[in-house]
Amino acid sequence: MDARNVIGALSAPGAGPPPPALTAPSPRYGEKVIKGLLALCALLSVLTTTAIVVSLLAPTVSFFAEVSLPDFLFGTKWAPSFTPSSFGVLPLVVGTLSTSLYGMLVAVPVGLLSAIYLSEYAPPRVRKTVKPIIEILAGIPTVAIGVFALIFLSPTLAEVFPFLVNIPPFSAGIAGLAIGLMIVPIIASISDDAMRAVPRSLREGAYGLGATKMKVALRVVFPAAISGIVASIVLAASRAVGETMVVLLVAGSSPNLTFDPGSSVQTMTAFIGTTATGDISPGTVKYDTIFAVGTLLFVMTLVMNMFAIRLVRKYREVYE
Amino acid sequence: MSTIDPRLPGAQRTRLAAAGARSVTASLTDGRGRDKVTGQIFYALLLLAIAFALAGLCAIVVQAFVKGSPALSLSLFTDAPSSSAERAGFRPALMGTLYLILGVIVLVVPLGIGAAVYLEEYADKTRWWNRLVELNIQNLAGVPSIIYGILGLAFIVRGPLDLGFILAAGSLTLGLLVLPTVILAAREAIRAVPPSIREGSLALGATQWQTIRRQVLPASIPGIITGVILAISRAIGETAPLLLVGAATFVTFDPTFLGSDGYSALPVQIFNYATRPQDEFRVLASAGVIVMLVVLLAMNAFAVWLRNRYEQQW
Repeated sequence: MDARNVIGALSAPGAGPPPPALTAPSPRYGEKVIKGLLALCALLSVLTTTAIVVSLLAPTVSFFAEVSLPDFLFGTKWAPSFTPSSFGVLPLVVGTLSTSLYGMLVAVPVGLLSAIYLSEYAPPRVRKTVKPIIEILAGIPTVAIGVFALIFLSPTLAEVFPFLVNIPPFSAGIAGLAIGLMIVPIIASISDDAMRAVPRSLREGAYGLGATKMKVALRVVFPAAISGIVASIVLAASRAVGETMVVLLVAGSSPNLTFDPGSSVQTMTAFIGTTATGDISPGTVKYDTIFAVGTLLFVMTLVMNMFAIRLVRKYREVYE
Repeated sequence: MSTIDPRLPGAQRTRLAAAGARSVTASLTDGRGRDKVTGQIFYALLLLAIAFALAGLCAIVVQAFVKGSPALSLSLFTDAPSSSAERAGFRPALMGTLYLILGVIVLVVPLGIGAAVYLEEYADKTRWWNRLVELNIQNLAGVPSIIYGILGLAFIVRGPLDLGFILAAGSLTLGLLVLPTVILAAREAIRAVPPSIREGSLALGATQWQTIRRQVLPASIPGIITGVILAISRAIGETAPLLLVGAATFVTFDPTFLGSDGYSALPVQIFNYATRPQDEFRVLASAGVIVMLVVLLAMNAFAVWLRNRYEQQW
């Protein structure tokens, strides 16, 4: 308090007051309260997950009291509102897989080549402008992409490639193309980051051995960044599987078990979206269907995300 | 290849050596030529890909402007939805989105920053529960938005919270949806503050919270704001979860937070107009897309600018 904290106290050895205690003068309960509050904020995320799982599981369990699991997973006819109703989810799964597949067919080559350009070839000034533009365009809401596909892509492509649109304006191929546009920025941006994390020395070593620029990019940098690249692709696939608005607008609403790009399909997300907006009362099998399909979707994307997170960790460990 | 026999006469040896050298050089330059051509084809392919990506994404913006500009007028902001396209507008939807976003900000800013501060400054990374929270947040960021809609429907609208189909329920759902984005961005920003700043503050006798409040948070504010803006712009465009938690498509009055008469939101209204068969409504939908894109792209551009401007080099 007084002379205790002053260095001068040392000038009178033996006679001075005892040295100051090194612990805090007060217990500072406020610090602990703040820490507790902040921990609560973090805990909220765990609560959210728990709430998601609980809200999905309870109706799913009562759904499977009515419909057997093999009928659901391997049935080939999806007609929940017909009598007699049929709950084979395969058409919805195939619808989801086909729109995502066509999306990936567009997005993987375009995204990866863009990433190679940005990380290995682009002059710094070009990169500094193009990368932010791609990141900004990545923020375009999916409903805007869906409207674009419905009003522009579908009629335009129906004229050029009639096989792509059997029943205008709905088509799995068009939905896939739009989804592809949506996920190109994810693949391009994350893969670019992964390739730029590859140390310079690897490139220089390859150049020193006489490799051309293309060989350095494809045989040295690309393999070195492969875990980050695969992670970006898996993340993009998970976004494609979970995409709702684009498929709601252009994929149609008929659950067809087909991979034909021209056919109209219904995806899992589109089913949830259309059914939940109608007037349905809780407690009915139809209400529970939403949750059963939702659980399946949740599990699929969760597996993909876990895989991607693992891979990202791996490449961080190697080069940082 | 065998070496040249040293017993051969000198002239012949020279000739053989020269021939060998020539063939090696020729094969090298041959390869060079082919490599050059493939390299250039590859480069062209790269340019094509990046051009396709940029053109495709820009086409979305340009097409909305071309299609929607005839309907762009002030009445877009003052008219309610209507069955005739000339009198239909976005007012209740715009108000709905504004309220939704206000709710999201109030919810997400303190919770997001709080969680990020805890994870970066307090959490002991060797404890399993902290690692669980971390993994959990990363996973939540990848959950499809429609699943959050299901959560909103089963947990917030009905179930434990039982709020009913009101705007606050929509806000809460969107808030939970973008919370992981805010946490991840805020953590990144906090992590970028070097430990020496904290150690300096602690050495001068500040407590941990004083260090965080007066040193760490001020230094990481630009990064945090960037994350919040990006999260809000995502919330503005999010449509799917709102479909499940009661955003209606035909609301002719301004919404309130807790009113049970229904509410609408801009993207939901756009979706509704786009699905109507008449072309006038598609024009209207495109005009709505323009309004949304202008707001969003401006926000995103500001966020990216902010990040680049204040990216601090320690």
